[in-house]
Amino acid sequence: MMHWLPLLGVLIVVAGFALRFNPVPVVVVAGIVSGLAAGRGIGEILALLGNSFVSERTLMFYAFTLPAIGVLERAGLREHARNWIASLRSLTLPRLLIAYLGMRQVLCMLGLYDIAGHAQTVRPLLAPMAEGAAEKRGSPLDSAERNDVRAFCAATDNVGRFFGEDVFIALGAVLLIQGFYAQHGIELQPLQIALWALPTAIAAFVIHGIRIALFSRRVSNSALSGIERAKRDAAH
Amino acid sequence: MLRIEHAYWLLALFFAGAAWLNLRTRRGWHAAFWTVLAALFAGGDFVLAASKAHAQLPAQAAGAGVLALAVLAPRMTRGHIVERGAAEREADALRLRHKLLVPALLIPLVTLLVALFGGYPAFGVQLFAQKQMTLTGLALACVIALIAALWMTRAKPRAGLVEGRRLLDTLGWAALLPLTLAALGGVFAATGVGTAIAELVRMAIPVQSALACIVAYGIGMVLFTVIMGNAFAAFPVLTAGIGLPLLIHMHGAHPAILGAFGMLTGYCGTLFTPMAANFNIVPVALLELPNQNDVIRAQWKTGAILLVVNLVLMYFLAFRF
Repeated sequence: MMHWLPLLGVLIVVAGFALRFNPVPVVVVAGIVSGLAAGRGIGEILALLGNSFVSERTLMFYAFTLPAIGVLERAGLREHARNWIASLRSLTLPRLLIAYLGMRQVLCMLGLYDIAGHAQTVRPLLAPMAEGAAEKRGSPLDSAERNDVRAFCAATDNVGRFFGEDVFIALGAVLLIQGFYAQHGIELQPLQIALWALPTAIAAFVIHGIRIALFSRRVSNSALSGIERAKRDAAH
Repeated sequence: MLRIEHAYWLLALFFAGAAWLNLRTRRGWHAAFWTVLAALFAGGDFVLAASKAHAQLPAQAAGAGVLALAVLAPRMTRGHIVERGAAEREADALRLRHKLLVPALLIPLVTLLVALFGGYPAFGVQLFAQKQMTLTGLALACVIALIAALWMTRAKPRAGLVEGRRLLDTLGWAALLPLTLAALGGVFAATGVGTAIAELVRMAIPVQSALACIVAYGIGMVLFTVIMGNAFAAFPVLTAGIGLPLLIHMHGAHPAILGAFGMLTGYCGTLFTPMAANFNIVPVALLELPNQNDVIRAQWKTGAILLVVNLVLMYFLAFRF
């Protein structure tokens, strides 16, 4: 029965997120509880935590982009991205997001997943461009709609990245799969695995593309109803 | 030769600078937070080297540092930090126009060049170390982009730190979450949480049915990914627990097909979980969205539909080839 005890850590994480505590202490406490439940000493747990933390430092590399992006934002990068897209008549919201989705997938398939991202491209470029494109409906976005558009941009970046990178053969997921099977005596070529990721990559593009189209229609329809509302108000 | 360690030191310097600016504006908790983080980034390689030599003390000190961050995180306020006026930004935008895009595009471009050609020596000198070369390239690209941005906008060099810190404090503790979660993944792996979950799944299903095994494998991948925030952590556990013994050995599934679809089914789970903080929580802070789950709300339907499609494809393809 003892080997079930470390699952307490999982319970703490789930409860902590559900109760909306600050996630950082929740996660650290969960790690300590799991360690204690597995019968480790406090010194050993601290060392494990410290070692795991410093070996994952690359996860904060997006912070490198912040000074350059910040300086450009100070000089109006977001404003320019919005104005520019607004001036391109044929670039509608669904076209912009679907093009970004497809490009992100293809670039990730080539192994270039760090060239775009939430800090590098979504905040400074894609989100303001999408806002500019959405406002072509003829009325400005209200704050709830603006948030929806921004969230959809972030979602599009995620979908594009996840379902592109798995097709790339030289890094990450494919090598992990190959390495796992090799350890268990099954020899596979990386290309074999990568090719079988293609059907899902295509399905992801189609499904999210349709959702982008539906979402864009909702955004532009709500402007119509807004204009009608204004007309009705004016008639009174 | 540029190595990944140089990038860590530079990042530590940035965090230390952010701490200093916070201290000057009397935001002591924020200053303390970024100081501890700077120390962990600068000292990380020393910790890892010491651990390899079986000296536990530096790693324990790093662990204590992580604890300190956990205590400081809830004391940080996340909020909009004063920036340059909208009218001034709009005026600059009209003056500089497309020039503004150049430094932003330098980041992907230089990263790409380093990724493609960094392995070759230039003028007989090896410029980049092989280890994590793309990320070293990203760091270099950001430095070059910063210099270009400062030169083009005629801003003082100090603006790099001031504006960088503005964005860093906009993120606040959310900036740290990906790293903390990864550390938790390390602890979970070391304490046998994964094997316990795989065992639970196996107890719950009728193993003679190939369909039940496929569904259990897929749903297990999703659940485990939701808990760990990462399909990479889920894959070895679930494939060793269900994939290999039941699906490949007992029902004769094709390993490459099972592996690819299994991993991607886990990726669907990444779209559902706040544990995948760098994808789902960091953008909430970066885009200044009001609710922590706003990004997940925008994408979970894509994940759910794709999950079903994936399971169907896996069932019909894995036993065919």
